[in-house]
Amino acid sequence: MHREYLHEGALPFCLGCGHTLIAENIDKALQSLNIPLLDVILVTDIGCHGIIDKSFKTHTVHGLHGRSIALASGISLSLTNPEKKVIVFIGDGGATIGLQHLIDSAHKNFNLTVVLHNNMLYGMTGGQPSELTPLGFKTPTLPEGNKIKGFDICEVVASTGASYVSRVVGIGNISEQLAEALSRKGFSLIEVMEICPSYAVKSNPGMKLRQVTEDAGLSVKVYADHNIEGFRPEIKSETQSLIDTMPVIPVGYRSERSVPAKILIAGSAGEGVQSAAELFARAAIASGLNVTKKGSYPVTVGIGFSASDIILSPDPIQYTGSPDPDYVIITSTDGLEYTAGLIKKMNHGVVYLDESLPTPETKATVVRIDYRKTAGARNAAIYSLLGLAKREKLFPTEAMLDILNQGKLSGKADWNKMAEGI
Amino acid sequence: MNSNNIIFTDSSRLITESLVRAGADVFIGYPITPANLLYQYASKRYPVFMAAPDEITTLQWMSGFAVSGHIPVTATSFPGYALMIESINMAAMMELPMVIILVQRMGPATGTATRGAQGDISVIQGTMSGGFSLPTFSLSNAADCWEISAKAVEVAVKFRTPVILLTSKEEVMTMYSLDKSSLGPINKVNRTFYSGNETFVPYEPNENLVPEFLPVTSSEHQVRFTASTHDKKGIIQNASPEALANSKRLHTKIVSNLKDFTWYDLDEQHEAETLLVSFGITAQACHEAVAELRNEGEKVSLLTAKTLLPVPPVYYSVCSRYKRVIFAEENLTGQYRQLMFGIQPPAHIEGVNEFGHMISPMHIKKVIHNA
Ligand SMILES: Cc1ncc(C[n+]2csc(CCOP(=O)(O)OP(=O)(O)O)c2C)c(N)n1
Ligand code: SF4
Repeated sequence: MHREYLHEGALPFCLGCGHTLIAENIDKALQSLNIPLLDVILVTDIGCHGIIDKSFKTHTVHGLHGRSIALASGISLSLTNPEKKVIVFIGDGGATIGLQHLIDSAHKNFNLTVVLHNNMLYGMTGGQPSELTPLGFKTPTLPEGNKIKGFDICEVVASTGASYVSRVVGIGNISEQLAEALSRKGFSLIEVMEICPSYAVKSNPGMKLRQVTEDAGLSVKVYADHNIEGFRPEIKSETQSLIDTMPVIPVGYRSERSVPAKILIAGSAGEGVQSAAELFARAAIASGLNVTKKGSYPVTVGIGFSASDIILSPDPIQYTGSPDPDYVIITSTDGLEYTAGLIKKMNHGVVYLDESLPTPETKATVVRIDYRKTAGARNAAIYSLLGLAKREKLFPTEAMLDILNQGKLSGKADWNKMAEGI
Repeated sequence: MNSNNIIFTDSSRLITESLVRAGADVFIGYPITPANLLYQYASKRYPVFMAAPDEITTLQWMSGFAVSGHIPVTATSFPGYALMIESINMAAMMELPMVIILVQRMGPATGTATRGAQGDISVIQGTMSGGFSLPTFSLSNAADCWEISAKAVEVAVKFRTPVILLTSKEEVMTMYSLDKSSLGPINKVNRTFYSGNETFVPYEPNENLVPEFLPVTSSEHQVRFTASTHDKKGIIQNASPEALANSKRLHTKIVSNLKDFTWYDLDEQHEAETLLVSFGITAQACHEAVAELRNEGEKVSLLTAKTLLPVPPVYYSVCSRYKRVIFAEENLTGQYRQLMFGIQPPAHIEGVNEFGHMISPMHIKKVIHNA
């Protein structure tokens, strides 16, 4: 047989190995499709079939056991030239250890062709059974025969909506079936049933490939032929800078604060603690202070506590932790529970507490304020921070009122009156 | 602060912007706290963004993009990184440029997703089978996020290697005020591909020990990428002298070029006998501790490591000048200290360690005072 894509000479497999038949028939199939040599990118898995690279004149990529379909998917996704042909050689071992990749690639319909070399065992490692080994099939490590029925991988892949799926028995000329798989748009899988003479024949004397396939209940047929256009990712030619598009915070006020202030505000999820803290932070920045802010909340963000650590400082802030805050604001029961341990340990600073909450045990000064009653649950956090800025002379409340009255919160409450009242 | 350039940002944003400006063009991600901001920004900023179904796929897709000449990035935390390890070995063996951002959180296992840590240094050091190194950079402040991230892209391309950008939860999720005029220009990395007429030999090294790159999209030359032991042509070999030499070159190309990517801050005080060594989130506490100690009349120097791995030899010469060397790092046993000075470091090599909490300046000062 004339070779175009394969080098001349013997292929690296044992005598009679089905892998040889597949490689030669792929060459023939590619010839029939007339695909330029360097438009072919062959991605091989780890296993006997994977040592074929050196025999191919195409581009070759040889990665890890079971990952070749994912690797080929990455290559396929990266290609802008639709003429390129990505082919994966993988064994039944690789296909099942990397089953996620096979299903993922098939269901997303990436542009590539998987040639599954199913010899019903792990050839490279000595003939152990794979997930596709049929019931009763013997291997050197399983002389009593497989007690579990291998599954029909074509059926599984076809169920993902793959563009093309077929199974052939690797005897004689299979180049036409291979060419069919190679010529389909999107994702195609062709499973070639074969025999590993070195491990399967001795264990299953007299076995016939067609018979084994039939006995295993594996149909030799085309399972799916939708010929659906494959997936190509969007390539954005222009994306916006993440920095240039950020709002600059003009410094229009002056803070009289000469030392850092470490603040912890704790309340309930859904009551605007994080956005209030951010607003407060912006106002502090607008007053010429350096600011850091962290948020803490359970992974179930919609329920339980919501807390924020804020540091304000006239000098650059290095360490952003605040294990011993100067001011703790608590606007709800969730917030009190979250801060209970900390408050107990506090021996300086001020705890601002909503009037509705029981006074906790602490050496810090406790100030009780009717945050929730005055401002409502939704605005209690903003109200409390306005109060903090004013009482502790952190920065002019006007800086915060500017943001409140100009932004999306404008009109949501009489912020000016609120600031006066506190 | 008096400028009209103040923004309120987080480091995830700076890192993303810097990587993209430097030429990274693909982000593949699988979500994990505390790396989710990086994922979110990536979806807006990279020319190509893909959500992968798991972290092994992530690294494989990245490798696929890399063999086509792209510069892919991902961001993960330990659980995801653990899944990536075999594939990172593959990418290193194939000599693929890429950047992996590892945002440390508290382990072991799933640990606590929302707690920071600096506990993955040993894992990175042990990522490569056989004693090979991956260039690993630690980000200690906003300036690093901006500058070192861009340099990571440069190193990945120049030396054809995966690069690890090591950071942690508190670094990438904390918002802070920043004068954006402090962010200098970033040049896009200058990438060239093999353009000769002779047969392309995929793993023929140049004088830097780095082979020229050619993507698998080439229509002129056959290209091979191989993760198994291979010769210069990229053909699998059992252990031929040429193939062994090729594998060893992967190590040598990193260590022999290390001076090209050795970055650190050294703040030495005249007559100081104590050296504080740190990196990442803890370096910020060290800066504060050192400033306070000096105000109190104490003499102390500070080495902030940015290039963590391979360990730059200069760190040893700096350490050797001090009677007391104290490594501050947020893990149980002092991973970087042990990495540099062994499991049982000499008595004058001490550690300040925390698990589950950021190390505070106060803690550092206390250890320094306890001479
Ligand atoms: C992660 C991992 N696990 C195990 C192996 C060992 N291994 C190499 S090839 C192989 C199985 C090969 O069987 P198959 O994929 O069916 O290919 P064949 O050798 O039959 O062509 C295994 C288990 C490996 N290389 N990587
Ligand atoms: S061991 Fe089996 S699968 Fe491997 S090359 Fe030999 S015959 Fe083929």
